[in-house]
Amino acid sequence: MIYPAADLSLPVALAVAFFLLVGAALALIGAIGFLRLPSFYERLHAPALGTSWGIGGIMLASMIYFTAASSRLVIHEILIGLFVTVTTPVTFMLLARAALHRDRTARSHGVPRKYPIGPEERPREDISDEE
Amino acid sequence: MLPYPILTISLTLMWMLLNSFSLGHLILGALVAVFASWAMASLRPDKPKLKKWYLLPKLFFIVLYDIARSNLAVAWLIVRGRTEGRKAGFLTIPLEIEDRTALALLAIILTSTPGSVWMEYDSYDGSILMHVLDLKDEEDWIATIKGRYEKLLMEIFA
Amino acid sequence: MSAVIIYTAVAIAQFMLVVAMAIAAVRMFRGPRAQDRIIGLDTIYINAMLLLVTFGIGTGRVIYFEAALVIGLLGFVSTVALAKFLMRGEVIE
Repeated sequence: MIYPAADLSLPVALAVAFFLLVGAALALIGAIGFLRLPSFYERLHAPALGTSWGIGGIMLASMIYFTAASSRLVIHEILIGLFVTVTTPVTFMLLARAALHRDRTARSHGVPRKYPIGPEERPREDISDEE
Repeated sequence: MLPYPILTISLTLMWMLLNSFSLGHLILGALVAVFASWAMASLRPDKPKLKKWYLLPKLFFIVLYDIARSNLAVAWLIVRGRTEGRKAGFLTIPLEIEDRTALALLAIILTSTPGSVWMEYDSYDGSILMHVLDLKDEEDWIATIKGRYEKLLMEIFA
Repeated sequence: MSAVIIYTAVAIAQFMLVVAMAIAAVRMFRGPRAQDRIIGLDTIYINAMLLLVTFGIGTGRVIYFEAALVIGLLGFVSTVALAKFLMRGEVIE
């Protein structure tokens, strides 16, 4: 089934274009920030731009377009938005904890440590570098 | 019969969103949802206790507004590109909520908001470790999270 | 008129999303650490998903929605598996 864009009225087309451009621009700014920010923990914040209103904007555009073009309510895009909103915190949290764990094991500076070094973070002494 | 009514209803709704809103799909989707919620019951997760569920839309709109606002703030910060005067840092916040669903919801809210990432929850003393992109005022962040989200979440999941 | 507006907006949005994917790929290759590469991959698949939705608007077909949903599901699982691997060095424990 194809729903052509020519049947849409002008205000609807403008709304679709606006939300599309806002979403794509936020995704692009997120990627730029991901490239430019200096440290890993700061870079972690940048993709959240794309996964919050970046996705929200493009999903809204798609919902408006297909609802207007097929003249019935099409809101299944909300499932993608919901799914990404629920899953992104899981991946970010896992990655953040992995990064913290790796930084603590490597004993880098600037990483908060509440408890003394636990057994799994202690450098292994039974493995020597020399063969 | 139905151990998790909210889960069953939302699964049926998802089925009908993916297919179509018709009587046949309602019956088929409800059948699948009922069997899925029985499967869920055999896993025995903690049942969330929603006391004031009517406050959930309020929380939803507050969060939507805050995410939009911090989207603009972080986008402006990246576009401007200067790093002097901006300090990113870790932040430890003591929390009072202990309900696991409420904690999960708070984690989703904080991580979805650009500019703050939930990193670790310490169940021993109930505090979280966060990373904040623009740490101008530590007290301000703690007050926002405790006053704006935690209070509402504690009311909802009493 | 409205067709012109929508096609122009779709073209610009697709260009921005492709540039975003290219930037994420640069960060994925440059690193410097494994966690940066994983977030790069995560950003690439999110942007690919958005690109598919814009394709759907551009062609007026609903079929692209399903492809976007599948990319989202598989991308989430792969990122979680990679993050788990970083934390413990094993995916299945």
